[in-house]
Amino acid sequence: MEENWQKLSPEEKFEKRLASWLSPEGVEFVSKEAEAAYKGRVTRIVDAIQLKKTPDRVPVIPHVGFYPAYYAGFTPQEVMYDPDKAVAAWTKCVLDFEPDVKFSVNSALPGKVLEILDYRLYNWPGHGVSPNHGYQYVEGQYMKAEDYDALIQDPTDFWMRTYLPRIMGSLQPFALLSPLTNVVEIPMTPPNISRYGLPEMQAALEKLAEAGREALKWQRRLAEADKKLEELGFPRASRGMSKAPFDVIGDTLRGTREVMLDMFRRPGKLLEAIERVVPMMIRLGASGPTTGSPIVMMPLHKGADGFMSDEQFRTFYWPSLRQVILGLIEEGLVPELFAEGRYNTRLEVIRDLPKGKTIWHFDQTDIARAKEILGDVACIKGNVPLTLMQAGTPEAVTSYCRQLIATAGKGGGFILATGAGIEQGKAENLRAMIQCAKEYGVYR
Amino acid sequence: MPNQLVEAIANMREDEAFRLVEEMIERGEDAARILELCQEAMSIVGQRFESGSYFLPELIMSGEMLKRISELVKPQMAAKVEDRKRLGKVVIGTVRGDIHDIGKDIVTFMLDVNGFEVRDLGIDVPEERFVEAIRDFQPQVVGMSGLLTLAYDSMKATVEAISAAGLRDRVKIMIGGGGIDDTVREYTGADAFGSDALAAVTLSKRWVGAN
Repeated sequence: MEENWQKLSPEEKFEKRLASWLSPEGVEFVSKEAEAAYKGRVTRIVDAIQLKKTPDRVPVIPHVGFYPAYYAGFTPQEVMYDPDKAVAAWTKCVLDFEPDVKFSVNSALPGKVLEILDYRLYNWPGHGVSPNHGYQYVEGQYMKAEDYDALIQDPTDFWMRTYLPRIMGSLQPFALLSPLTNVVEIPMTPPNISRYGLPEMQAALEKLAEAGREALKWQRRLAEADKKLEELGFPRASRGMSKAPFDVIGDTLRGTREVMLDMFRRPGKLLEAIERVVPMMIRLGASGPTTGSPIVMMPLHKGADGFMSDEQFRTFYWPSLRQVILGLIEEGLVPELFAEGRYNTRLEVIRDLPKGKTIWHFDQTDIARAKEILGDVACIKGNVPLTLMQAGTPEAVTSYCRQLIATAGKGGGFILATGAGIEQGKAENLRAMIQCAKEYGVYR
Repeated sequence: MPNQLVEAIANMREDEAFRLVEEMIERGEDAARILELCQEAMSIVGQRFESGSYFLPELIMSGEMLKRISELVKPQMAAKVEDRKRLGKVVIGTVRGDIHDIGKDIVTFMLDVNGFEVRDLGIDVPEERFVEAIRDFQPQVVGMSGLLTLAYDSMKATVEAISAAGLRDRVKIMIGGGGIDDTVREYTGADAFGSDALAAVTLSKRWVGAN
């Protein structure tokens, strides 16, 4: 971390991040044109975010899941096991469509790493899902009701000795360990270290090291390709992700059913745990270098319309999410809240944020209303339906996008995007969407 | 005067509901009567869901209460009490390739409290299981659920399989789930789509000729 970083104001931190996003270190642009295109793209997005001035045109950022794989003629399984295929697919997709940011190759996670870990939180192509489909979350109770106190007392210890053994078969022996904080003074050191000598624990550590080596290899291969795309003029979209604390409990730990029941059965514990997760999520979003894109993706799940009442949203979901958002803004970051499903009943509540510091990516929310209620506070992003991308015609896509630009795009503060990540869609529809921003999205 | 048990269930007071049921069992209350009160409470829950004061958490919670109460009264039941009048039959499932069940479960719940007999085929249901269930259970309505975009193709394939089996004229098909809209309905060849559980009830009622 840069020296004196902690002494900088949020605004200064943001400016520093922005400067390095605009002129990324170690990136040698292939041409003056590529450099100008890169800077133009970053500036366009930043202008849309900050709500200070109108960008030159509406930025266009389609979201893709495994679309690049299908587009290049590979299955999701192939790109999760062969980094060269992943790189080829994503590179081809970016160069063919020329969106305003690179498509994130993050969908292509290394299947081998998941295999070594015997990962259980998701099914992935060839493991519980057909080779031709993307990965899917497996609903389950990975934290039991009686585990709340352990989580609240020491999240890291809970993660290491209880949670990880449950979601990764290879790390089950970690349940045999004692808390690391038991290592206190000389007499307590050997007895608490001895468990690392158990044969099953040694095997688990071997697996972890092997998975680590694989993950690193994969990461380096992809980073190399990523850099090449930057040199060709396509900026990175986001630096990483974070989550709403309620979703950490609901998606990651307890499962949908259980977290809903907890709102009735143990609301106090649930709120205490949520509060405990807040600093973890700020740390997650802010971890890593102080350079590059300031955007932190935050997929939101269980606070959507229908998932809970307004009162429940205001009690269990929003206050902690707002704390995470503000904490990230403090770090000079730009949280991008991806409201999956609909957020029509939440717009008035989520307005309570500082101006020009966030992006709200809407999926099926009424975007004209979102613009009306939220447009003076946040950059609005969205929301071409995936159904239209997959089953519609290019003409229908163009007319939808023109309408979006005319309403949500008015006066800036808007990014044209798909409602969610495209899996299988028509190339001509994607082309129509991007073309539409370039043709009709120009501000005069 | 509203019954205490009905009130407790409808207002999500779980502990009180269980205590009341236990007391009723001790007093020798008829199991059928207890289940009748549950049914009454569930229809209040359904109404509140429809009017927008209850949401997913209340549906899950009342479903849990109902399950537990059924277990409590089961030993008391000499014969099967299940002779409620039914409006019609629905086969439901999350289509092949998709493992999401929450939306489907809510639709199942809402259809059930609204008087339908529902056969739930579960998740990741291949085309042929829908076809078998239609032959075997003879529903008037088939409901297909899916959250992921891959579900569109599975829904289309299922509709085709039902047609190929010569059963298309016997059933009305409705689809639903996260991103489902009329574009998908047209693509899949389903009769209708719904964007919430209430729509599933309305469609099914219309199709079986109930008001």
